[in-house]
Amino acid sequence: MKTFQIFTLLAVIFLWQACNSGTSKKSDADLANADAKTPKKEYSGKGFGEIRNVELTDPLDQAMIKKGKAIYDMKCAACHKLDDKRVVGPGFQGVTNRRKPEWIMNMITNVDVMLDKDPVAQELLEQCLTRMPNQNVSVGDARDILEFFRKNDMDTVGKKDEATKS
Amino acid sequence: MKINQIFSIFSSLAACTIIMLYSCKPKSPATVSTGDAASKVYVAPGQYDEFYNFISGGFNGQMSVVGLPSGRGFKILPVFSVHPENGYGYTEESKPMLMTSHGFVPWDDLHHIALSTTRGEHDGRWAFGNANNTPRVARVDLGTFKTVEILEIPNSGGNHSSPFITENTEYFVASSRFSVPIGEDNQRDVPINTYKENFKGTVSFIKVAPEGDMSIAFQLVTPGVNFDLARAGKGPSHGWFFFSCYNTEQAYSLLEVNASQRDKDFIMAVNWKKAEELIAQGKGKKVKARYAHNKHDEHTHMATSTILEEVLQLDPKELEGIVYFIPCPKSPHGCDVDPSGEYIVGSGKLAAMIPVFSFTKLMQAIQNKDFEGEYDGLPVVRYESALHGVVEKPGLGPLHTEFDGRGNAYTSFFVSSEIVKWDIKTLQVLDRVPTYYSVGHLMIPGGPTAKPHGKYVVGYNKITKDRYLPTGPELCHTAQLYDISGDKMKLLLDFPTIGEPHYAEAIPAALLKDKSVKFYKIEENKHPYAVKSEKDSRVERKGNQIHVYMTSIRSHFGPDNIEGVRVGDEVYFHVTNLEQDWDVPHGFAIKGANTAELLIMPGETQTLKWVPNRVGVFPFYCTDFCSALHQEMQGYLRVSPANSNIPLKFTLDK
Repeated sequence: MKTFQIFTLLAVIFLWQACNSGTSKKSDADLANADAKTPKKEYSGKGFGEIRNVELTDPLDQAMIKKGKAIYDMKCAACHKLDDKRVVGPGFQGVTNRRKPEWIMNMITNVDVMLDKDPVAQELLEQCLTRMPNQNVSVGDARDILEFFRKNDMDTVGKKDEATKS
Repeated sequence: MKINQIFSIFSSLAACTIIMLYSCKPKSPATVSTGDAASKVYVAPGQYDEFYNFISGGFNGQMSVVGLPSGRGFKILPVFSVHPENGYGYTEESKPMLMTSHGFVPWDDLHHIALSTTRGEHDGRWAFGNANNTPRVARVDLGTFKTVEILEIPNSGGNHSSPFITENTEYFVASSRFSVPIGEDNQRDVPINTYKENFKGTVSFIKVAPEGDMSIAFQLVTPGVNFDLARAGKGPSHGWFFFSCYNTEQAYSLLEVNASQRDKDFIMAVNWKKAEELIAQGKGKKVKARYAHNKHDEHTHMATSTILEEVLQLDPKELEGIVYFIPCPKSPHGCDVDPSGEYIVGSGKLAAMIPVFSFTKLMQAIQNKDFEGEYDGLPVVRYESALHGVVEKPGLGPLHTEFDGRGNAYTSFFVSSEIVKWDIKTLQVLDRVPTYYSVGHLMIPGGPTAKPHGKYVVGYNKITKDRYLPTGPELCHTAQLYDISGDKMKLLLDFPTIGEPHYAEAIPAALLKDKSVKFYKIEENKHPYAVKSEKDSRVERKGNQIHVYMTSIRSHFGPDNIEGVRVGDEVYFHVTNLEQDWDVPHGFAIKGANTAELLIMPGETQTLKWVPNRVGVFPFYCTDFCSALHQEMQGYLRVSPANSNIPLKFTLDK
């Protein structure tokens, strides 16, 4: 009787451990696969958020640039300069050549999700160490800011929208 | 092995079954009350409480916001007392909020809370509070959880019988606990022993405009008694207001003896619709007064204080039909109207019974002029004619009564330290539970409204003694939460409170939580010293005044280096928080400031005044941990001698 009880106890412990280690191995593997696959094969460079496709037009829209600059001054300029100097966040010089327009607008309007999911945004957070605040900018306002960035890129480096070509 | 495994699976299943069966077995009474109680008040991490409880802070002059059923404290909401923690009463913007006709009053004694109602139910717009010492009333916005308006009450002493409210927030009241001589200077400078002749009580009806603006609609001048508590009628009794009065002896010394002589004092019934009619006929009298009206503007983020100089008074002795007295035994304290509006419960705090009056019978008695006499020229209704009945031997020292919406009343007993449940119609006592110790007010969520949420009652106790770890001579005050959903009341939880809790109200969380303001829109900031962009941040000199137009965002101030300030200059730091996200305040403090810090909400501008009295370089910094680089959020200000020629200079990253 006693032997049987000990057997039972051991068996229960064994089963419990087997279950646990099995589960954790599987999830580790899943995670590893996900890490390996997602950025290389599926990452679009457009970021995460409701902005899927932005139509860029030329010539630049002066009214949008004016509005975009006003919002930049109020909600962005304290941390982002217009040259290549990083203060709290990266400088904006050449941003439309580095990042797709969708990424830029998603980063502005959906920053918390971007910092949680987007590998490029996460890399920037590691460099800057200050989470970019959600400044509650609407999609329309973000588009105006983008137009202003395009103009800033022409003014500072003489070319814009290079990221859309890759 | 295989057989063994199967066996062991079986046996472990059997073991589990036994454990499960055991846990389902009925338990002894002792284990039921403890096990059950914990699960009923446990709000799991990340979950929300069911009710917001707004609790008066008494002598700390504040309200506290607590979750029910957990008893967890969320916020101290400053109303009548300065609050260095967030700069309330210290910033240039908030100082006017505490201005009165007596000048700046930094403290008061907040006793009661009334939540705004529509059709007799909570509507989640505002909480009102009273200041007992320097008579004032306040309005708190339940979107921002901020005191947005304070109105001083003239011709009053001890604003205790306040701020009880009518069913559509038409009015709430402010009536005097301490009668005082009123009128011109020569009428107020009188010997104290001329009390009977010269001292008057006043009952102010404060009108609340739809957008919240408070004004004194009219003031009743009454005999010099002490008004204690009050409740508005509702449903059939809407249009009437009931006030408990004690010291009808009109004593002015050793009141504990001299104001307890008469067998009965009064509940005063006021027909405020009649008062409105008489005012419409031009019967009121405008008299000179002097009182402050302070308002906070959500767009300028600033309070302004205005002195008003007139109040409309009505004399019920001259104007018939407004005031009737109902005799009520032994210095009544609570005066509570049941959800139907038919029953008025008077609680004589020195009595060993509870009289319950009937509104229908009161109306008949008034119509039939069934009066037993007059008090100071005003009609006194015959006690028996207005009485529905008496709860016999309920306990000792009844104070306050709340209702569960199922026909039951719950009365707190200070002397016998218990809550007693009784049936409003039959007046039979149904249940009683002890309180630890000496309960004052009690509260059922929605208890004073037409539709109470009769799930819990909370007792707010006056004496703590041995309930908590001792903290020297001064102990916390406490509350106790009871489950009242069944026939028997069950104690679920003790929790400590802030200051001394008097009356409290609770409201379903669903009515408030989704409309809570998260930040102020920077575009709508109309503060005259706001800077909405770091590039506009600057420092300007006007004579000996220095105005610093400063911005803050994670994690730096703009500007953060300032020179050219001289000893004796008045330096005003106007700090705008440029953040536009929830839960990102920035703080601001500078060495040697003779005031409190600023705590600036996102999109807001707040101002700290600082007068340097010595030369040197003074650090300033952000006091609210804002980001991984919060510890870097600092700056320096250089102060030079009074006669220095160092030019004014301000920089960031230069």
